[in-house]
Amino acid sequence: MKNFTVLTGLVAPMDRANVDTDMIIPKQFLKSIKRTGFGKNLFDELRYLDEGKPDQECTGRPINKEFPLNFPRYQGATVLLSRENFGCGSSREHAPWALDDYGFRCVIAPSFADIFFNNCFKNGLLPIVLGDKIVEQLFQEMYVTEGYQLIVDLPAQVVKTPSGESFAFDIDNFRKHCLLNGFDDIGLTLEHAEAIRSYETKKRVEAPWLFDVVK
Amino acid sequence: MTAKTLYDKLWDAHLVQQRDDGSALIYIDRHIIHEVTSPQAFDGLRLAGRKPWRVDSILATPDHNVPTTQKERAHGVQGIEDPVSLIQVQTLDDNCDEFGIVEFKINDTRQGIVHVIGPETGACLPGMTVVCGDSHTATNGALGALAHGIGTSEVEHVMATQCLIAKKMNNMLVKVDGKLGAGVTPKDVVLAIIAKIGTSGGNGCAMEFAGQVFRDMSMEGRMTVCNMAIEAGARAGMIAVDQTTIEYVKGRIYAPKGNMWEKAVADWREYVSDEGAHFDVVVELSGADIKPQVSWGTSPEMVVSIEDKVPNPAQESDPVKREGMLRALHYMGLKADQPITSIYLDRVFIGSCTNSRIEDIRAAAAVVKGHTKATSVKEAIVVPGSGAVKAQAEAEGLHHIFIAAGLEWREPGCSMCLAMNADKLGAGEHCASTSNRNFEGRQGYGGRTHLVSPAMAAAAAIAGHFVDVRTFTLNS
Ligand code: SF4
Repeated sequence: MKNFTVLTGLVAPMDRANVDTDMIIPKQFLKSIKRTGFGKNLFDELRYLDEGKPDQECTGRPINKEFPLNFPRYQGATVLLSRENFGCGSSREHAPWALDDYGFRCVIAPSFADIFFNNCFKNGLLPIVLGDKIVEQLFQEMYVTEGYQLIVDLPAQVVKTPSGESFAFDIDNFRKHCLLNGFDDIGLTLEHAEAIRSYETKKRVEAPWLFDVVK
Repeated sequence: MTAKTLYDKLWDAHLVQQRDDGSALIYIDRHIIHEVTSPQAFDGLRLAGRKPWRVDSILATPDHNVPTTQKERAHGVQGIEDPVSLIQVQTLDDNCDEFGIVEFKINDTRQGIVHVIGPETGACLPGMTVVCGDSHTATNGALGALAHGIGTSEVEHVMATQCLIAKKMNNMLVKVDGKLGAGVTPKDVVLAIIAKIGTSGGNGCAMEFAGQVFRDMSMEGRMTVCNMAIEAGARAGMIAVDQTTIEYVKGRIYAPKGNMWEKAVADWREYVSDEGAHFDVVVELSGADIKPQVSWGTSPEMVVSIEDKVPNPAQESDPVKREGMLRALHYMGLKADQPITSIYLDRVFIGSCTNSRIEDIRAAAAVVKGHTKATSVKEAIVVPGSGAVKAQAEAEGLHHIFIAAGLEWREPGCSMCLAMNADKLGAGEHCASTSNRNFEGRQGYGGRTHLVSPAMAAAAAIAGHFVDVRTFTLNS
């Protein structure tokens, strides 16, 4: 997994509440058996004016010029700013894969849906919860400042604005540790294989019906 | 001893290791996999040279993009016309063969939607932790189990370690007391709950449903309710074990037998919230007040009753919500204040893991019996949730009722719930759907979904527009 330390990134808006996973990556693109290449179909129904098909070249497709991610000023953005309940809907990890493949490393919103939030960390993408008022302030600053960049400092757990204001955010120690180092959490869990085995040994006696069921 | 909630008990019984930062390793008893969210996980295992920790904990079936017409199903995997779907289903078969995982393949009579076959076969049992790479895994919580939807990295993590890294959620209680009126179904109950608390109302919570309404409800009805806990923002929904649960599980193919059964039942009876257990959030509704529900917008919280009108954004004070309502009305092609009964349908879909079990099929059949589909409805499809549901419905002759009324009777799968196969809406088409999500484009590009119960969908197929099923004339 890619590690995440300090990011200085251009900010782009997704200015609506309840951005759902079908919006982030429509289901026809879930047919891929790979985990890369979803970036060109991120927000497909909003970015393009026609219906997207899997395995299709996107360069010649009609672009929705009204959609902010298509504005020249947001090209190369790595921080996405959005409203409450970002990532609601399905458990599809294709959503963080698409954001990551497009180039985003960080999403800032007042709240996130649980499964999406969790999936981000598995893919080196940092979801940050900031209060409603702060998010509103960042939106306003971004709209009036072309080339608006934020500094996302994971070790210090702060987001810094160009005027030098900083906003602290929370993150679990374990997730922070994994992101900073780019650790794969399967390897980390397997360091506790003994604990898992002893749990199983105890359970096989207490509740044997939980084992060897599916044949 | 302190009083514990059902969720506390399930959590404690599966805790392998608690970490200082609040995260924990939770042991997973049952892992169900399907073709869409597993291929990248198997690749990850192969790349790292890892094997599944406990192959016997995994059950696989293809469901999301299997075709549902008899013509395409007749030739198994190779009969799938969409080449991309074919690769996905074939990849699942190959991965299961390689790792020795039990799979109900496309034409196995036990194949079906992941969340339908888990409880139906007894592969998912009370007191278990269940995961699947699909958010509606919460369905299994109806058994008194802790069931989570997970992402693909977690699918790989659970396969490799038998554990999930989780953080304990808050306890939320949704209590619905009283009695439901005639014609009001579990689907209406859960839609009414979501309308009340919103799609983020349960964020960060494990949601327990309790009260008279759920005690009186069948297991299949409870599954419909727990299924949509995720639409209310909760990753897990659950209902305490009672006699209804035990009777449902008894005799299922993978349920414990003989002495083991008695032992298991004694254990399962513990899976109830103790008197006085603490809930962080409590929401109450009155069962008697709930009417048949219809969603009008593009979020499962945009729901009103059949007696209502499409809401007017001018009356909404929150600007973010008002903006969302305006966008939804535009997408749905509806006008503020138009009666719900004035919405005409192009298609009707009866199916999905929310409403494709035998009771749902029976409820729909009871409504359409002796009637004919409105000619303005282009297509109405009934898609059973599993091979077992299909066989049962056919044994009861229900398929004849649908076919006689002009509805189509299909093969099991997810179908038009997410339209990954050929079953989908055209742009601008309105659909009465018994599924769980009405997001933009969910059932097809530009499609307009209205979430309803099976009885309401069936009545809409006959009338051509929404009607109150409570006043609809049944031919019994
Ligand atoms: S029926 Fe719909 S919600 Fe249920 S598992 Fe299939 S796609 Fe997911």
